[in-house]
Amino acid sequence: MTARLGPHLKASALVLPLVLFLALFFVWPIIAMLKQSVSDPVVHNTLSQTSAIAAQWNGKAPVPAALQDALVADIRATTDRQEMGAVVRRLNSAKSGFRTLMRKTRRAIRKTDGPINLGEVDKRWNEVAWWHTIAQASSPYTDRYLLAALDYGRDKHNQIVALPEDASANRTILARTFVISLSVMLSCLAIGLPFAMVIASTSGWLRNVLLAAVLLPLWTSLLVRTTAWFIILQNNGLINSALQALGITDQPIPLIFERTGVIIAMTHVLLPFMVLPIYSVLLSMPGNLMQAASSLGAHPIVAFLKVMLPLSARGIASGSLLVFMSSIGYYITPALIGGPSDQMISSVIAFYATESANWGMAGALGLVLLSITLLLYVVYGRLSAEKKGVA
Amino acid sequence: MFPTVKKAFGILVMLFLIAPLAAILPLAFTSSALLTYPVPEWSMRWLTELVTEPVWRRSIANSLIIGGGTTVLATTLGTLAALGLRRYSSLFAGVLKTFFLLPMVVPAVVLGVGMQVFFVHVGIANSYLGVIVAHTVIAMPFVYVSVSGSLAGIDPRVELAAASLGASPSTVLRTTTLPLSLSGILSGAVMAFATSLDEVILTLFIAGPHQRTLARQMFSTIRENVSPAIAAAAFVFIVGTILVACLIMLVRMRTGGAMQKSVGPGIS
Repeated sequence: MTARLGPHLKASALVLPLVLFLALFFVWPIIAMLKQSVSDPVVHNTLSQTSAIAAQWNGKAPVPAALQDALVADIRATTDRQEMGAVVRRLNSAKSGFRTLMRKTRRAIRKTDGPINLGEVDKRWNEVAWWHTIAQASSPYTDRYLLAALDYGRDKHNQIVALPEDASANRTILARTFVISLSVMLSCLAIGLPFAMVIASTSGWLRNVLLAAVLLPLWTSLLVRTTAWFIILQNNGLINSALQALGITDQPIPLIFERTGVIIAMTHVLLPFMVLPIYSVLLSMPGNLMQAASSLGAHPIVAFLKVMLPLSARGIASGSLLVFMSSIGYYITPALIGGPSDQMISSVIAFYATESANWGMAGALGLVLLSITLLLYVVYGRLSAEKKGVA
Repeated sequence: MFPTVKKAFGILVMLFLIAPLAAILPLAFTSSALLTYPVPEWSMRWLTELVTEPVWRRSIANSLIIGGGTTVLATTLGTLAALGLRRYSSLFAGVLKTFFLLPMVVPAVVLGVGMQVFFVHVGIANSYLGVIVAHTVIAMPFVYVSVSGSLAGIDPRVELAAASLGASPSTVLRTTTLPLSLSGILSGAVMAFATSLDEVILTLFIAGPHQRTLARQMFSTIRENVSPAIAAAAFVFIVGTILVACLIMLVRMRTGGAMQKSVGPGIS
């Protein structure tokens, strides 16, 4: 037994450092991000007594006196202005009017050390609705970011409803992400499939040159390639200068900061991922199939549709999935080449995280992007596993 | 008619793939302050700015520091794990292998948000260590794949022969296994360095102003004030990639020769 355990122990000792490293610096950060998307600690931590009592309240009128006393005690105990400010912002975002109500209440509480009747300070405190909002906000967990990521929210009866169209644009951005990715995938397919067929039909040095043309961009930095397209697509860049010199247009065609430019650049960046899988499938095909089909009288187009396409379907599917999966998470190319209306979901996540410090929304949209990507990856994995099984 | 169409199409696609890269290189030597053709006069102005301007200088130094650290860490972790898993094909080993490749799949922005939150929490945000660790996470899969590939290509009989001649397991590893997989380890290391050099997104999320890398500096220059300095930086990138690739070829050729001597003829 020990003799068999020895090599296993050694293997584990070799693998363990990487497993620990990834657990700490890869898995944990993703969990931290997911946690941000459901955590809502502001009210729970600051109004801690109120939260404890609110958790036990059945939500029915009249508002328990203990709850009112707890809120007064919590407000009195909170001396940090910023902390209180965060609570007020959180409550006001759930129900507008809380800002004025809380200001009035805090002023009244500051005036005295004795007991206070909140209903006398402001009669809104007699309405259950305001207390419902506090009770809802006092849970340390929330689904509001996740709902908002898909343009949903909760109404005053705590029911899930669609947000008004001007309040949120996440579904639009998600749809745009899909449209751009799909366009990139299709243009990669339109160029990549015939090009893979061209490579497969050549041999010797010509094939090596063509393959090198596919591999060279793959080896060049993504940033350099994006920079190159930035230079080429400018209003006074190579394409527009050439078009004007040829007299095709007088005015520069807007390519930079436009959807067309984003799709051209992303197609260039992702084309190798389409060509290589299709090429590898075509290589495993007998070279004389097309000849056989045409010798049996099939028109080249018919031969292509009936022979070539079905046989290369697997390569087409993995290439398309790979391109689509990569492009939905793209950030750099749309950020540098696209305009404001070409920004994809990654840009929105980056905006929430780096510019508005809204970790909840960044996390929730991150969860959406991560789920879609992993789902596509599972399909891709199945596809390549099947391919191995067949071959 | 068909062969002509085929030829024309092949040439067009090749042009589409390569021309953009070729188009950026001459602009590194423009004398103009604009990134446009025609180039009025050739000059070293922008390459000089790259090495004299403190912002660019600093970012190049940072890229080398962070790239070097990432290469060492990713190559060590990836190589060890590939050595550990090489003889296993169980379901559990398969799960581990998939797990090791996962950082390639997860969108960088998602990882960036999580790392920003977590790194602030553990106190390594805005530090060289943090950036090196982040780059290692996404560079390691390349090392793992490359080393696993070259280990799988080793004829097990060679190692058996070494062991049967009395070599201890560590001697077999040192004198046989590692030299034979050296090319895989080296290519993995180069890819790790290249990944770190090119990384923008994670750096954007977790690096402070003191860890600005060359890629990060290029990214913000394109966004804020476009200048031919970015073409010069791209030139450095491309030349750097070619130089490192040549270096690897050279090392590979030399170690290849040494290997032939130590292991004997007939094994390549």
